[in-house]
Amino acid sequence: MLPPRRLQQRSRLLQAVRSFFLSRQYLEVDTPVLLSELIPESQIVPYRCEERFLQTSPELCMKLLLARGCPRLFQICHCFRKGEAGRYHRSEFTMLEWYHAGWGYGELMAEVEELVQALAREGDFPALDDGGGLRRQGRQVDLQSPWERLTVDEAFRRYAGIPARAALADDRFDELLVTRVEPHLGWQRPVFLCDYPVELGSLARRKAEDPQLAERFELYIAGIELANGFSELTDPAEQEERFAGEIRAIRAAGRPAAMPHRFLDTLAAMPETAGIALGFDRLLMLLSGADRIAEVLALDPESW
Amino acid sequence: MYSASDLRKGLKVQIDGEPYIIIEFEFSKPGKGQALYRTKMRNMITGNQFTQTYRSNDKFEKPDLEERTMQFLYSQDNEYHFMDTSSYEQIFLTREQLGDNVNFLVDNMEVQVLFFDNRPIDISLPIFVNLEVTRADPWVKGDTSGTDTKPVTVETGYRLQVPPFVNQGDRIQIDTRTGEYITRVKE
Repeated sequence: MLPPRRLQQRSRLLQAVRSFFLSRQYLEVDTPVLLSELIPESQIVPYRCEERFLQTSPELCMKLLLARGCPRLFQICHCFRKGEAGRYHRSEFTMLEWYHAGWGYGELMAEVEELVQALAREGDFPALDDGGGLRRQGRQVDLQSPWERLTVDEAFRRYAGIPARAALADDRFDELLVTRVEPHLGWQRPVFLCDYPVELGSLARRKAEDPQLAERFELYIAGIELANGFSELTDPAEQEERFAGEIRAIRAAGRPAAMPHRFLDTLAAMPETAGIALGFDRLLMLLSGADRIAEVLALDPESW
Repeated sequence: MYSASDLRKGLKVQIDGEPYIIIEFEFSKPGKGQALYRTKMRNMITGNQFTQTYRSNDKFEKPDLEERTMQFLYSQDNEYHFMDTSSYEQIFLTREQLGDNVNFLVDNMEVQVLFFDNRPIDISLPIFVNLEVTRADPWVKGDTSGTDTKPVTVETGYRLQVPPFVNQGDRIQIDTRTGEYITRVKE
């Protein structure tokens, strides 16, 4: 059972996040959780719910709203992913997702940095100290700017001794990322791991200077992956091609998948946008000094 | 057969004809990446340990173990002695073989002893055991560590975190799979 203190921290963080976005003229939205169309992602397994699905993220719905002329949106919602339960995972979890039209991923990295710093200034979370530091496992992470930006390839060469491309070709990318790279990330200051091989960012725009890379980043604090952002891919033809690859992979794993045609039809009307999804429960874990995600949930979906 | 998503701490699997127990387990999944099941395994015969990362499509055989109900009699030096409650046959296991299970063993407790090729290799405890708190420190109010628990010691010498209202002399229920406090019990 969650002690009242933890529930209060959760409530406070929800409010602080809302104030941050409202003060920056973002519109809060709440889109449907039950969907008839899903974004096909090869490594995410949705829950079927009669003839529909529970959302695995609010991305599809929020992009529909962007295409209809809402330029700055945020949402705090529950997402559902089958088979994900562990120290940092729950099959039902809370996502903070936001989009800013006219931006690229660089501006979004700056904004998530400001968000976490603003939340830390609220001050009243147990893992924070007065000097803008975050305590974790006996170490201290300095939250002050500038946060480090490290490319995926640099990180793989430095910590796994192999270029990222080669790891991907050997089908060892995820394993090396988890066992060799991630444990080192974000212990002095938070770090943005950026510029993923394009195969690993099916919704992200290609980098103009290097089309084999996608403008995707992940934020790490104290070894924990906290947020994933993109410069969004807005070209419907290329998006359909990338989805086709994901769909092939899903079917190869023996699961059904369908092209989300309604989503693709509206994508042409979506402006250039940057978007990011942040694990709200993990952020609360970091701020409250919790070891396991289950410690910060009002009720644990895996055990009741 | 087990699949990777069945893996968890304490599960027993058979690899290359020998029984292994998972002594550490962590589910990992990088953003947009594949699910990885990171394990540390202990060979239940030799005691050798190794770490291995598995993926969703990996499969495991169940080890061919025979279970017999036995009563824990006593421990001496490194040996823990058990008696078959129907044949009165006695066997022992070493502390290494029992691992964390020794934290929950009290005299006369009935457990399942696991045999592989007629050799005792491990025990399986009831999921919940009730143990007496033999030492409890007073709770320091206003503790800034962010926790609402305090440490206590139970009759087996095992230490764990419990809510502040648990006192010395109380009996508490413990989940032997996680080693965690469940509730205070009245007997």
